[in-house]
Amino acid sequence: MFFYLIRRILYAIPIALAVGFVCFMLVQIAPGDPINAIVPADAPGDVVEQVRRDYGLDKPLPVQFGIWLLKVVQGDLGRSLATGRSVWSDLSSAISNTLMLALVASLIGFILGCVLGGLAGTFRGSIIDRAAVTIAVAGVSVPHYWLGMVLVVIFSVQLNWLPAMGAGPGGSADWVWDWDHMKHLVLPAVTLAVIPMGIVTRTVRGIIAEIMNQEFVTALRGKGLTRAGIFLHVVKNAAPNALAVMGLQLGYLMGGSILVETVFSWPGTGLLLNNAIFQRDLPVLQGTILVLAMFFVALNLAVDLVQTALDPRIKRA
Amino acid sequence: MSTATTPTAAEAELAVQARQAVAKSQGYWAGVWKRLRRDPVTIGCAIVLLAMLLVIVFAPLVAPHDPYQGSMIRRLRAIGTPNYILGTDELGRDMLTRLIHGGRLSWFMGITPVLLAFVIGTFLGVLAGFAGGKTNMAIMRVTDVFYAFPSVLLAVAISGALGAGIVNAILALTLVFIPPIIRVAESVTTGVRNLDFVDAARASGASAFTIVRVHVLGNVLGPIFVYATSLISVCMILASGLSFLGLGTKPPEPEWGLMLNTLRTAIYVQPWVAVLPGVCIFVTSICFNLLSDGLRQAMDVKS
Repeated sequence: MFFYLIRRILYAIPIALAVGFVCFMLVQIAPGDPINAIVPADAPGDVVEQVRRDYGLDKPLPVQFGIWLLKVVQGDLGRSLATGRSVWSDLSSAISNTLMLALVASLIGFILGCVLGGLAGTFRGSIIDRAAVTIAVAGVSVPHYWLGMVLVVIFSVQLNWLPAMGAGPGGSADWVWDWDHMKHLVLPAVTLAVIPMGIVTRTVRGIIAEIMNQEFVTALRGKGLTRAGIFLHVVKNAAPNALAVMGLQLGYLMGGSILVETVFSWPGTGLLLNNAIFQRDLPVLQGTILVLAMFFVALNLAVDLVQTALDPRIKRA
Repeated sequence: MSTATTPTAAEAELAVQARQAVAKSQGYWAGVWKRLRRDPVTIGCAIVLLAMLLVIVFAPLVAPHDPYQGSMIRRLRAIGTPNYILGTDELGRDMLTRLIHGGRLSWFMGITPVLLAFVIGTFLGVLAGFAGGKTNMAIMRVTDVFYAFPSVLLAVAISGALGAGIVNAILALTLVFIPPIIRVAESVTTGVRNLDFVDAARASGASAFTIVRVHVLGNVLGPIFVYATSLISVCMILASGLSFLGLGTKPPEPEWGLMLNTLRTAIYVQPWVAVLPGVCIFVTSICFNLLSDGLRQAMDVKS
């Protein structure tokens, strides 16, 4: 186990470096000179040349990558073209907002998915099973940005129960867990929860059905254990896999919330990215993608390690 | 040795029986079709998709109005307005017409990336699986890197960096779908490569090219194809999502995702007209999803 831990962490390092390289290349594949990512388009020629030398953009690509990497490791993601502020200062608050949204959405999706998937797996072939499978397919097939609009139409425009956009009176800076703020979280979180709900339902249904077919369940039934008792055994066996799927879903939601955040004007990384794309603010685009991708790499690592630790059936050396 | 060339009566009888058995057995595809026919959901989805495809292909003949011709005096009419059954959009253009024409680009952007990724991913995956060793290592490690990005993020990152446009969006989406197809192709190929009949073919002197063409591709294309069809649904949503963010096509071109975006402000005036393009994306996506599920079951591919 210890050696697996070390090896798995060591394996994450080249992946992280390669992810960094892809993010570095984002600015390179952008049309036009990468210098445009640093100086405004209307800067005079000698200034451009000066900046080019200062930033090392006259050096070969691998050297540039090295310089960039060194800066990134020190937490310097460059400056925004639009605001002039450092990318990190905007990103840090956006990240925490996105994380909050993704966590709440994951939680909703996980709970609903476990209930639906558990019911479907236990009563396989029944009407409950069919309903759960239908909901799951709908959940993964729905364009969630559209679902967000539909929820706004119903709950904001027609019923006027919940706000359509924003993050509450205190904005993102002064978030408090009271109803005035939380009601802004309800619609985006529910919208975002639909995808993990569908995926968790499918997964849990499969796992439960598989476990229920195993001999030890028959044995438990044979020795006269109650339904609740058997259920506990099944849950214990299903938990590591279900948790692993959920952990990865959190990462997908962090990266995938851009569309939902745009619909609800939620002040997270998605909105930041959207603005960066709109204004062709490449440093912000690059920094945001890098941080989100690194988060995903770390999450993958954590899920693997936790799953190995939780599940004694997995023997990794 | 006369027995080797002229078959005995018993052998002749066996040969006749074998020929009859071959003639009677339905073959793989007949079996698949038989199973598909008994699956009303899959058939229903296929019919819906086929109908949509026909309407989209013959859009100029089917659509009642001009997709670009608007009018300031009939903006945002409700659903059920005479002559404009599905209402009008924010510039007074007929919604039904725009939805029909919009399907062309949405379908194109939803299917092309998967098709391209299917070709490229299958090639690389089969290569990795069949060659093994260092080639496998190189291809699969690069695949791992792209797996380290959530798919939506990767699509937004690439098309965001390249700038708005249909070609860039398709390029970005193709890159998103190549790695998962490589993984599936590699794993099925590795499985087939180690089967006895491949060894037998090699022992009988078949070249590597023949083995791949006849024995490997024949066995791996089915599963990879089924997997690729399951990606169309995701691709439709992502492609329209990119347009929704303004990264796909530009106005006034009709496209479901972009229409959803430009109609966003109209949800306070004509909410049910504004969400119509999303209904189209949803129906298409769910039909492709169910069709892929049905195909997987009918072709008996393990997920």
